Amino acid sequence: MSADNQLTRAQRDDLRTIAAMIVPASDEYKVPGADDSAIQDDILATLGRDAKLVAAALDHLARLAGQPFAELDAARRDAVAQEFRSSGGPAAATLVRVVLQCYYRDDRVLRSLGLEPRAPFPMGYVLPDGDWSLLDPVKARAGALRRAP
Amino acid sequence: MKDPVDVLIIGAGASGAAVAWSLAETKMHILCLEQGGWMNPAEYPSTGRDWEAKFYGEWSSSPNVRGRPEDYPINDDNSPIKVVNYNAVGGSTVMYTAHWPRLHPSDFKVKTLDGVADDWPIDYDALTPFFEENDRMMGTSGLSGDPLSPLTHPPMPQQPLGLSGAIIGKAMNKLGWHWWPSDTTVATMDYEGRARCINLGHCTPACAQGAKSSTDITYWPHAVRAGVELRTHCRVREITTDENGMASGVVYYDKDGVEQFQPAHVVIIACNGVGTPRLLLNSASNRFPNGLANSSGLVGKNLMFHPYAQIYGYVKEPTDSNRAPPTCLWSKEWYDTDPSRGFVRGYGVQFVRGAGPVFEAVVSEQKGILPWGADHHRVFRKLNGHRLGFSAICEDLPEEHNQVTLDPVLKDSHGIPAPRIDYTISENSRKMMEHALARGREILETAGATDICVNSPIPWGGWHLLGTARMGTDPSRSVVNEWGRSHDVKNLFIVDGSIFVTSGGVNPTSTIQALALYIADQMKQRLANLFD
Repeated sequence: MSADNQLTRAQRDDLRTIAAMIVPASDEYKVPGADDSAIQDDILATLGRDAKLVAAALDHLARLAGQPFAELDAARRDAVAQEFRSSGGPAAATLVRVVLQCYYRDDRVLRSLGLEPRAPFPMGYVLPDGDWSLLDPVKARAGALRRAP
Repeated sequence: MKDPVDVLIIGAGASGAAVAWSLAETKMHILCLEQGGWMNPAEYPSTGRDWEAKFYGEWSSSPNVRGRPEDYPINDDNSPIKVVNYNAVGGSTVMYTAHWPRLHPSDFKVKTLDGVADDWPIDYDALTPFFEENDRMMGTSGLSGDPLSPLTHPPMPQQPLGLSGAIIGKAMNKLGWHWWPSDTTVATMDYEGRARCINLGHCTPACAQGAKSSTDITYWPHAVRAGVELRTHCRVREITTDENGMASGVVYYDKDGVEQFQPAHVVIIACNGVGTPRLLLNSASNRFPNGLANSSGLVGKNLMFHPYAQIYGYVKEPTDSNRAPPTCLWSKEWYDTDPSRGFVRGYGVQFVRGAGPVFEAVVSEQKGILPWGADHHRVFRKLNGHRLGFSAICEDLPEEHNQVTLDPVLKDSHGIPAPRIDYTISENSRKMMEHALARGREILETAGATDICVNSPIPWGGWHLLGTARMGTDPSRSVVNEWGRSHDVKNLFIVDGSIFVTSGGVNPTSTIQALALYIADQMKQRLANLFD
């Protein structure tokens, strides 16, 4: 089964809708929302072991909505989303985490945060050595290691 | 039937590697059975763009979440602190923070000094040469001369202070409290074939650079070259005994799942504070109906975790975020007993530099400080890259009701009964944690932090698995003697964290390995009369 087939079309629509509510697009920060197609594709392609819980969360969301969540009007969507956050348990937490972990590895999002879109290895990062004279007061204060009898 | 080996070691983690390397010079036939395999650094999380996401799945610190074939399940439902570990060549040194304090001399005399728990049957001085040897083998970095810690001589300089360290240092100086660069097992220069740290940051779930010391890249290459045989993907089910009550070997499942028997003249257990009692209890027989080496009834009892009291907040200045090893500084300001605090013993502190963007987003959303909707972006930019953390490692005192037993239902993939954890945080620990959180809050507020959050205890913080086969001179009150040999089975040794009598308030791996080297040395000195 392909990753896309792990969720039904209705579930995918609801996922896109709730993702946009978690992280909407922003002109101010020049970033897409979590409903962006590339981010949604990443979510669907990497659901893996989270697929069952995410599907359960989306089922819960649809139950709360009483119809496809994506088809609710804005006011009703907000109310259902609030209920989903408070009553969704580990499944809802997994859905939110899956959305955030794909959103915050998107190249456009990372660049907007001033971060390089790359794996840590092999380039690593530069860490300033810092001002070790800060330790002088600790050395001056000294102290005594508690001795054992 | 296989030929017997002279020494059979169960577990290739921190202590198994150290004892194997030390005993190798005897030229005995030494075999180590490890349920995991060799790690491939090319597959470590920090090599991929999904480096943070992996921590929630295949690289989770919890074996129950991770669920690799090499893992065994643990029923820790009845514990506020969940067990975390790693099963591979290198064991949990593959997945740890590399923070490297050691027990203090006073930690070995808790009963004498503070009237609680028990004194160890050995003292700090007995371990001193083995601490030094282990630091050379693991390759430590740090700054010698901390006035409130035992004297160490790290062969490499300390990690950079970085942005986070400077903020913490200034706050601690304002408050007049002790801080010092941590000893760590992160190589700050090229060392013994290991490349220096390049600040991948995501150190805990394995270091792709090889700068973080783990025994698969330190002890094991030396031990294997010296002739130790390491057989991977072999899960030991039980230790067998002969008609004289001596260990005769082990039954294990090989990499194909086939049951095997390996005879041995000496058996050494190195499975740490959950795996070791599990194995001993699973080795019950007609002669040892309550489990092997358990005439005291203390196998599995006195489990100590170190409840972690964690508090963190966000400063205006940028911090090191995920772009540096997570731990950099420690404090021993509250390590020793002060009766005015309302609890006995104390805690060490490790400061945390920051977190990566995915972790920050996920955790902050769960904590309710990162909103959904239009304000999400503004708040996230205030939080991300601005986190500072304080974690107190609270000394857990031994209590028999905190224990590892065998779960009556849960089994691993080979059908071996899984461990069950029953654990509660004591009143003394709770007071200690409250004290630590109050101090942490003072530090963070002095540093200018806001949006302060607490994890107390850290739920998935059961890194330190101690005390479940304690050492002592009285066979009715301990499982092994003062040099690691079972009181009941004279060719059976335990060298891991389960033999701790008390836990101290520091990460235990340095002390675990020093103990393993000490026990190996004792064995070598007594080879002619090892079983007397």
